[in-house]
Amino acid sequence: MTKELLQLRVNGESHTVAAEPHHTLLEVLREELQLTGTKHGCELGECGACTVLVDGVPVLSCLTLPAQLDDRAEVTTVEGLARAGEGAPGSDATMLHPLQTAFAEEGAAQCGYCTPGMLMAAKALLDTNPRPSRDEIAHAISGNLCRCTGYTAIYEAIEKAAQAR
Amino acid sequence: MLRLPRFQLHTPATVEDAALLLREHHAAEQDGAKTGTPGITVMLVAGGTDLYPNMKRRQFTPSTLIALGRALPRGIQNGGLRPAGPLPLGVTIGAGATLAAVASDTRVLSGYRALAESAIAISTPQLRNMGTIGGNLCLDTRCNWYDQSLFWRMAEGMCMKTDPSVVCRVAPSSPRCLAVASADMVPALLALGASARVVNSEGERVIALADMYRDDGISHLTIGRDDIVTEVILPPADGWRSTYLKLRDRGSFDFPIVGVAAAVRLDGGIVREARLAMTAVGSRPMLVAAAAAALIGSRLEDDAIAAAAAAAHKIARPMDNTSGTIAQRKKTVPVFATRALASLREN
Repeated sequence: MTKELLQLRVNGESHTVAAEPHHTLLEVLREELQLTGTKHGCELGECGACTVLVDGVPVLSCLTLPAQLDDRAEVTTVEGLARAGEGAPGSDATMLHPLQTAFAEEGAAQCGYCTPGMLMAAKALLDTNPRPSRDEIAHAISGNLCRCTGYTAIYEAIEKAAQAR
Repeated sequence: MLRLPRFQLHTPATVEDAALLLREHHAAEQDGAKTGTPGITVMLVAGGTDLYPNMKRRQFTPSTLIALGRALPRGIQNGGLRPAGPLPLGVTIGAGATLAAVASDTRVLSGYRALAESAIAISTPQLRNMGTIGGNLCLDTRCNWYDQSLFWRMAEGMCMKTDPSVVCRVAPSSPRCLAVASADMVPALLALGASARVVNSEGERVIALADMYRDDGISHLTIGRDDIVTEVILPPADGWRSTYLKLRDRGSFDFPIVGVAAAVRLDGGIVREARLAMTAVGSRPMLVAAAAAALIGSRLEDDAIAAAAAAAHKIARPMDNTSGTIAQRKKTVPVFATRALASLREN
């Protein structure tokens, strides 16, 4: 079976990608676009490690076929969180998203494997609910497993990011 | 890495085109009971949250996949677009509506609370953003011997559902597959008296949801493989109160190991109509007819609820093929039935 051309908008950029039709969005992001920030976890919808945003809504890239996306769908991955050239004044450094900063400062990433998915689920929450309660945070990341932190540091990082916005 | 098997993907723009594709690929002739589920060559997919994991585990390996995302209606509306035959109309929900959309819809929350509660209890936020109500109605049955990787199943031995020449691994003397009905929304919709609009290349029809399931883990749907569920039709909510309770291992991710939905129509505090429905305790979701008989005319007094709960307990038939134990799940049924019905009392 041959590859087919796909039009994808990822992190604000349009891409024409040649991919096999049975390859998932996760596989296309990692293998065709080299956006390896999004992680392979269980690949069965049971861990949340591959979470990306499609038009701002968190979905699992391991269970999404690119061909099923709307033509104008905007995909956001963890690589799209930091903004290049918006660091310190006068520099071309990258400015991390407040969530990324808070995760680093609060130790919310230990092995780090779940972190990209956690960040994307948390971004979707804060974009729609800028001052979430602890229960709302827990609910928003209830589709993301972490085997290291026990979640408390993640909750605190998301609260800190909310306060920083 | 778990890759999907190769397939030809179709993305029809209309339900009618999808129905023609099903006919073209002889979907009506597909029979998993004869070939095993991996022998089914053409399938429909909506959200893909159940089918794609199953395909990655090679429980299904269709060579043709028809994606309904562009074809199915997604709206939730009062009355619906088209007449539903003799049924009075309450709210219609397009089969492509996501679980998240159903769970947050104000009409569903106010008039059909069991449905909203069942939707929010499904899996995870990401899954609810992807999965659809139509997909949940057609969810594959589940079993500890079936929902395993191909490697596991090849090592341990296949089951009847994937290989008809093999006995049911749960109960080797069983003449049929005992895989478990696991859709949370179905008992809620049964309790609410819902129907489904079904389309194929010959036309469309409306069927009561209570008639859409059969007690067989392989052929668990009575509709054909050439049929497409396009709408869920709910009767008017006037006077009805409803709720759904779910037992699962964790508060997220997991399928039900018991699900109980209750709905009553109260008039002056007296139950005029009642429905109690269950899932995950058999191969099909069940309406408990004797429970309704025990409740109608009552004021949801303790003894009426106890009689209804006992009726549910009597027909629940959990097998040792999900998480939890048979005894735990069987005992949970009357507990949940009691809690659900008691919560519907008027203050």
